[in-house]
Amino acid sequence: MEFFTISLLNGVSYGLLLFMLSAGLTLIFSMMGVLNFAHASFYMLGAYFAYQVSEWTNFWVAFVIAPVLVALLGGAFERTVLRKTHKFGHVAELLVTFGLSFVILELVQLVWGRTPVEYKVPAALDGSLFKLFNSTFPTYRAFMMVVAIGMLASLFLVLKKTRIGLVIQAALTHPDTTEALGHNVPRVFAFVFAGGCGLAALAGVIGGNAFITEPGMAQAVGAIIFVVVVVGGMGSLGGALIASLLIGVMQTFAVGLDWSFIGGLQSLGVDVTPETFGYPVWKLKLSQVAPILPYLLLVVMLVVRPKGIMGTRDE
Amino acid sequence: MSNAAMKPLHFKPLNGVRIVVWSAFAVILLLLPVLARSNFAVTLLCLTGIAAIACMSYNMLLGQAGMLSFGHAVYTGLGAFVAIHAMNKIGGGWPIPMWMIPLVAGFAGLGFGALLGFVTTRKAGTPFSMITLGVGELVFAAALMFPEFFGGEAGINSNRTAGSGWMHGLGLNFGGQIQVYYLIAIYLFLCTAAMYAFTQTPLGRIANAVRDNAERAEFVGYDTRWVRYLIVMASSFFAGIAGGLTAINFEAATADLVHGTRSGGYLLFTFLGGVGFFFGPIIGAVLLIFSLVVLSELTKAWQLYVGIVFLIMVVFAPGGISSLLMLNLRRIKYGEWRKMRWPYAGMVFFGLIALWGFAAIVEMAYQAQVAAGSGSVVTVARIPMDASVLASWLIAAAVLLFGGICFEIWRRKFNKVWGEGEERIAEAIKKAEAAIV
Amino acid sequence: MSTYALELSNVTKSFGKTAIIRGVNLAVNKGERVAVIGPNGAGKSTLFNLISGRFEPTSGSIKLHGNEIIGQRPYEISRRGLARSFQITNIFSRLSVFENLRCAALFSSGQKYSFWKPLSKLTELNDRTEALMASLELKRRRDVPASLLTYSEQRALEVGLTIAGGGDVILLDEPTAGMSHSETDRFVHLIRKVTVGKTLLTVEHDMGVVFGLADRIAVLVYGEVIAFDTPDKVRADAKVKEAYLGAVLDAEGAHA
Repeated sequence: MEFFTISLLNGVSYGLLLFMLSAGLTLIFSMMGVLNFAHASFYMLGAYFAYQVSEWTNFWVAFVIAPVLVALLGGAFERTVLRKTHKFGHVAELLVTFGLSFVILELVQLVWGRTPVEYKVPAALDGSLFKLFNSTFPTYRAFMMVVAIGMLASLFLVLKKTRIGLVIQAALTHPDTTEALGHNVPRVFAFVFAGGCGLAALAGVIGGNAFITEPGMAQAVGAIIFVVVVVGGMGSLGGALIASLLIGVMQTFAVGLDWSFIGGLQSLGVDVTPETFGYPVWKLKLSQVAPILPYLLLVVMLVVRPKGIMGTRDE
Repeated sequence: MSNAAMKPLHFKPLNGVRIVVWSAFAVILLLLPVLARSNFAVTLLCLTGIAAIACMSYNMLLGQAGMLSFGHAVYTGLGAFVAIHAMNKIGGGWPIPMWMIPLVAGFAGLGFGALLGFVTTRKAGTPFSMITLGVGELVFAAALMFPEFFGGEAGINSNRTAGSGWMHGLGLNFGGQIQVYYLIAIYLFLCTAAMYAFTQTPLGRIANAVRDNAERAEFVGYDTRWVRYLIVMASSFFAGIAGGLTAINFEAATADLVHGTRSGGYLLFTFLGGVGFFFGPIIGAVLLIFSLVVLSELTKAWQLYVGIVFLIMVVFAPGGISSLLMLNLRRIKYGEWRKMRWPYAGMVFFGLIALWGFAAIVEMAYQAQVAAGSGSVVTVARIPMDASVLASWLIAAAVLLFGGICFEIWRRKFNKVWGEGEERIAEAIKKAEAAIV
Repeated sequence: MSTYALELSNVTKSFGKTAIIRGVNLAVNKGERVAVIGPNGAGKSTLFNLISGRFEPTSGSIKLHGNEIIGQRPYEISRRGLARSFQITNIFSRLSVFENLRCAALFSSGQKYSFWKPLSKLTELNDRTEALMASLELKRRRDVPASLLTYSEQRALEVGLTIAGGGDVILLDEPTAGMSHSETDRFVHLIRKVTVGKTLLTVEHDMGVVFGLADRIAVLVYGEVIAFDTPDKVRADAKVKEAYLGAVLDAEGAHA
């Protein structure tokens, strides 16, 4: 029970973080048709900027400034580089963001080095929020959840209550029509791209110190958010939320469980020895498999339901 | 109908050119190691040959079918692992000659292409790219999970001189690097020919059609998903061959062979070489090995330079180097190249100045940050720069600024001259068309 | 009972709550030329999309040579002999004119997905493609990428892609849209020439073209066929006049 509760909370907080990342990715993709390969790189930039700013001032200043800085950088990139490739089509746009991820990684190493930086959780949020039997739940995890839910709520409000939000929403479901209505003005593009990058950076600000801030952090999470978007259904924010939580909870539980096929088979009375066919598969523990679970989910989803959980576009 | 009269006009001269090109290719492959002279150069040639097969197989996806894969190393890498196990089986007495190992790996690649491609090709376009990335991660993680097959961190070793067969008896046991080179060269030639031939078949052409307009391809009778699937399998076959040659060349296979970094490398350099022309990926392969082996020795920041060059190419020359070459060849054909000499010279000159300024800044930054232990002086193109002195930063910045501004001025001039030439060429083409009745 | 080339019964299509096609019945005989006319938004293009498998109807039945084709993918329907063109030019942009036409003829020529025969050896196919290209008057543009053609050349290529596969039921979606009068005349002549002996359905706004080309006219208004008869009878139909044609003919008369 205690394992269940703590794992569920941890899983949900991780899932919400994934959603903060995939929300921006989905928005940019739906609106502009651009898969921002560098999205996770903006997440990394968020973490590093927050680290640097909190070194100079404190976490709370960083919390506000870092996402804004990254959003500005994202907007600038959209205006100066990405827009130029628009005429060459989506492959070129994907390539240019791929190249950007490469350059950002190198620049981060150039400025902050190849080893992890000490980006710490602020003292006020350090420690545990509550104790359940013998396990503790860190305060910072709770803070992450609050921020993520806050972001979710503001995103919802922006999308539902503002004019630009309505345009974005229209573009989510009917990109062609919205364009025909003359709404896909470049300014909205730049705004969405910058906003998406800012969201990723915000995730970096609160994820960087919860996990680890290092040059490899972008690649570690980059592929997973792609999985989230495909599994959730291309262009579906709701689907991305469900997929994020699913993957977050699934991975967190798996890490803590030592189940294996051998255990299962033995409890059914089947004896498995190293000589049994497929032993390397049967002996794997669930905790060992945890890192590949998102990708297995992707494969299963594509075979069973290629358009994703809430996807509508079946191409 | 004047078809009968048209045909020789269209096909005969091309065949003549083809024979010359392919013979030249064979002769070059044959003579390269003689020109190379050093062992290191032969090693480089081996790596380049393998990379050329890998990049060309990648271009079957990207250039031919418009499928941007982030997971091509899965097929080269898994091919290499199957090859390494097969090599060890040869050592254990299996009666397969060593030179067939790349074929074994090719069929392994084909098999994995059939298995994984079934999933990845369920989607086209951007989702396809995302899925290949995910599947690539899956395979890499699995590689670490099954040390029985992948050998864990250390990988798996083998011995290419093992085995039997009459060729082995003739001394062809791949003991020396030069023998490996010729094995690679033969496979390179055959694979290049096969892949080129493939572009000239119905399936190869339909791949182009699917790339250009998948929807229309469906309306002329093609199941585009099936086309994508077939192309992935064909591409994986050749990727597997490249993997098999890698296994023979290194006599080892490690998990990083399937890693996403390697897939990204294929994408990056195939693109730099150019996806629009068949020979583009060969240029890409040369650049890949040059960057990986030579450039990385010269500077620790090589990936930054490669990344920036890539970005510039995507934005300004999305056809890659091969398209730039072909554009200039076209100029020569229409007698328009001479006018470009000075604009080119100016751009190169000031471009190099700007590059020096930029490189100086990057190198000093790296020296100050990454390699802080080894002093603060770094040599940029023979000129020593001290990262601890403000003046060197200012000088570098000034050089970059000066070079950059002059470059931009020349670039505008270049664009003007280029555009004028383009108009004259368009005029000439129009006249030629009007002559056809 | 003789089978129709194309037979639609009670076909409906709704997008969300909006019904675009509200029970269309249409039976087209073999070798007949039918023009589908109607005001903007009547659902003409949607109807073509339903027939060709681009969208799936909400309900109803569509039979091609007596075989039900609802639920089949576009490529399956194409293989059964139905070919269509698009209102917005839909060609293989980077391939040359010749390659465009050859690709469109490739599957039906029996090559399917083959990769063991070079294209240059497919003499019969190549000759047929050259001939088609000549009849489309695109010969001098043979090796030009499709994206570099002029608008009317692209429209000709669009029709060429549609008929190259040898389908015997041809759907042309506004083939002359955006063309000048002289171009249109030439183009109608071309369409007539290349669709001899085939069943033709065409969406058309130009009444000159409609009355010149069609054996029968189907009038589609708000997702329903309100008349389907010979040009003269449709012209005289009171219902049609009221709903659509009266206004159009008046306008045309005023222009002339």
